[in-house]
Amino acid sequence: MMRGSLVLLLACAVLLSFGCKRKRSGTEDETGPIVIGAYLSMTGSMATFGESSARGAQIAVDEANAKGGLLGRPIELVVLDDQGRSEEVGNAVSRLIDVNGAAAIMGEVASTLSLVAGRICQRRKVPMVSPSSTNTKVTQVGDYVFRACFLDPFQGYAMAKFARENLKLSKVAILKDVRNDYSVGLSKAFYEAFIKLGGQIVAQESYSAGDTEFSAQLTKVKALEPEGLYVPGYYTEVGGIARQARRLGIKGPLMGGDGWESPELRNIGGADIVGSYYSNHFASDAPSDRAQSFIKIWRDKYGTAAPALGALGYDGTLMIIDAIRRANSTEPTKLRDALAATKDLDAVSGKVTLDPNRNPVKPAVVVRVTDDGEVFEAEIPPG
Amino acid sequence: MDVFLQQLVNGLSIGSVYALIALGYTMVYGVLRLINFAHSEVFMVGSYVSFFSAQWLGFDAKQPAAFGYGRALLVLVLAMAASALLGVAIERFAYRPLRHARRMTPLITAIGVSILLQNLGILIFGPNPRPFPMIIPEQRYELGGVVVTNIKLLIFVVSAVLMVGLTYLVQKTWTGKAMRAVSTNLNAAKLMGISPNRVIAMTFVIGSALAAAGGILFGLDQAKIEPLMGVLVGLKAFVAAVLGGIGNIAGAAAGGLLIGVAEQLTAGYISADYRDAITFAILIGVLLVKPEGMFGSSKIEKV
Repeated sequence: MMRGSLVLLLACAVLLSFGCKRKRSGTEDETGPIVIGAYLSMTGSMATFGESSARGAQIAVDEANAKGGLLGRPIELVVLDDQGRSEEVGNAVSRLIDVNGAAAIMGEVASTLSLVAGRICQRRKVPMVSPSSTNTKVTQVGDYVFRACFLDPFQGYAMAKFARENLKLSKVAILKDVRNDYSVGLSKAFYEAFIKLGGQIVAQESYSAGDTEFSAQLTKVKALEPEGLYVPGYYTEVGGIARQARRLGIKGPLMGGDGWESPELRNIGGADIVGSYYSNHFASDAPSDRAQSFIKIWRDKYGTAAPALGALGYDGTLMIIDAIRRANSTEPTKLRDALAATKDLDAVSGKVTLDPNRNPVKPAVVVRVTDDGEVFEAEIPPG
Repeated sequence: MDVFLQQLVNGLSIGSVYALIALGYTMVYGVLRLINFAHSEVFMVGSYVSFFSAQWLGFDAKQPAAFGYGRALLVLVLAMAASALLGVAIERFAYRPLRHARRMTPLITAIGVSILLQNLGILIFGPNPRPFPMIIPEQRYELGGVVVTNIKLLIFVVSAVLMVGLTYLVQKTWTGKAMRAVSTNLNAAKLMGISPNRVIAMTFVIGSALAAAGGILFGLDQAKIEPLMGVLVGLKAFVAAVLGGIGNIAGAAAGGLLIGVAEQLTAGYISADYRDAITFAILIGVLLVKPEGMFGSSKIEKV
């Protein structure tokens, strides 16, 4: 009994001393690599999100190392798996800070997970950049939390502007998922912007995630003769909505947000979803030189088209690298101030400038759904 | 007026699917006095079997050209057979050992089987929705502002034919007579030389096959299927069976159509948020005012 606890105590002491040693090598030792710690969903139902983000981050780190690293030191990316579960996020982030000695933290995709990690980073005063959490609350956690993507309301605005100015629509109906904050938020922003731009919203109908029958709402909408339909839901329902809308004889494009991004969208929607538009962070055929070179690097390295989440993983990491360079230090307060001062950073999803609330002011892209993928249609500048 | 007619047509079409599933609930209740909650999963398995057999026969979600009536019928037969087998297996292994237990025991078993099949569905078929193959190419007809598709027409026709066939079977054949006998009094039926196990198995075969037919029609109409598709549809069909008078075949059919139309009109004229609420409001109302349902009475024969 006595012996057992003694062994345990010794083991703890050994582990602790390891922890301390590793930590010092990260932040205080001026010769070892600078650690950027990423917590992402590498396994579980959101594993593709985590994989794309980590791959993008790795490209950013490799590029910086090829140019000689930072402060004369190499950069090391440490990715820990949070399994997409909020209870694992705490463990992963604490380990990145305490064991790996991360100078800054990068992650997550899902806003609920970024909110958990944000609170820890804020308490520990370690700067964190979320690559792709779009919920407004994420950066409201505190002044150590940043993000690399635009917010939900901006997508609604961007699509309203595109519908009004590029598609020249004047009468649009909205069909939103009332059980989903994301969908309700986008609808509200779209509604306000579209009316402000001189358009008319003829109907606001709703559905709930998991529904399969939309004909009642669509029949009502059809009688009001809209020229387009804004459906900012997830791809799981949008395919069915498209089919039922076309069957009832509703013409004109369907429009949505980044929740549409999935190959399943075209599998279920078939020919009825082709010709529709949605807003996204990045198009895998974006025309800018910066995006094109990233797309080429991605294809050479991983052999696939670059997803939006990959681009944002790159951009989030780039923000950290850029801030360390400008701060000329990994000291948390200096790094935080440098991140907050991010201005005109040449990121692959557009130029990033942070506003006083630590959210980027950057453009959105609108893509059109075709038979075999999505094509870039327009870039909507921040407004 | 056009809008009203359109809502009515769509409501009747969903209602027909509810009616087909409600028949399974009502038949099993008739002979066993058991609410077979696993029935909604038999419906789900029916549409997955039709999905895989359609793929096997060369149908495709995007290629309506590759179709033939013979193969479409084969898909229907395969799905109905597989579901019938599943229904009988559920009865044999989950309900029969509990035949003489208290009534609450098989009811809880039914809920357990239902949850088991849902999760097996997620495990085997994957959680993502799948596009349903176009077994029959879709065509639109427009009659004075009301849009009807050949699929919706097919749903009416197939449901009507199956319901008439079922009524004939129950009223005019020996099997039907045996079912009615078991339903009226199991022990007396046994004394008359009827094997209750065979009759009960037959009830599960017929009910499950009808659920599979509902599964195909639903898949064709909605264009996608998923492992949890049976949950809400099954619950609504159950409400339809109660509304019509559980144990009563004509009641299940009428209840299904009524629920379908009520839902559609609520979604169309009040708010889509109340679509599901109306169904359960009807259930509560029926249980409060007329628990035996529209057509049910303690006297009427139950199958």
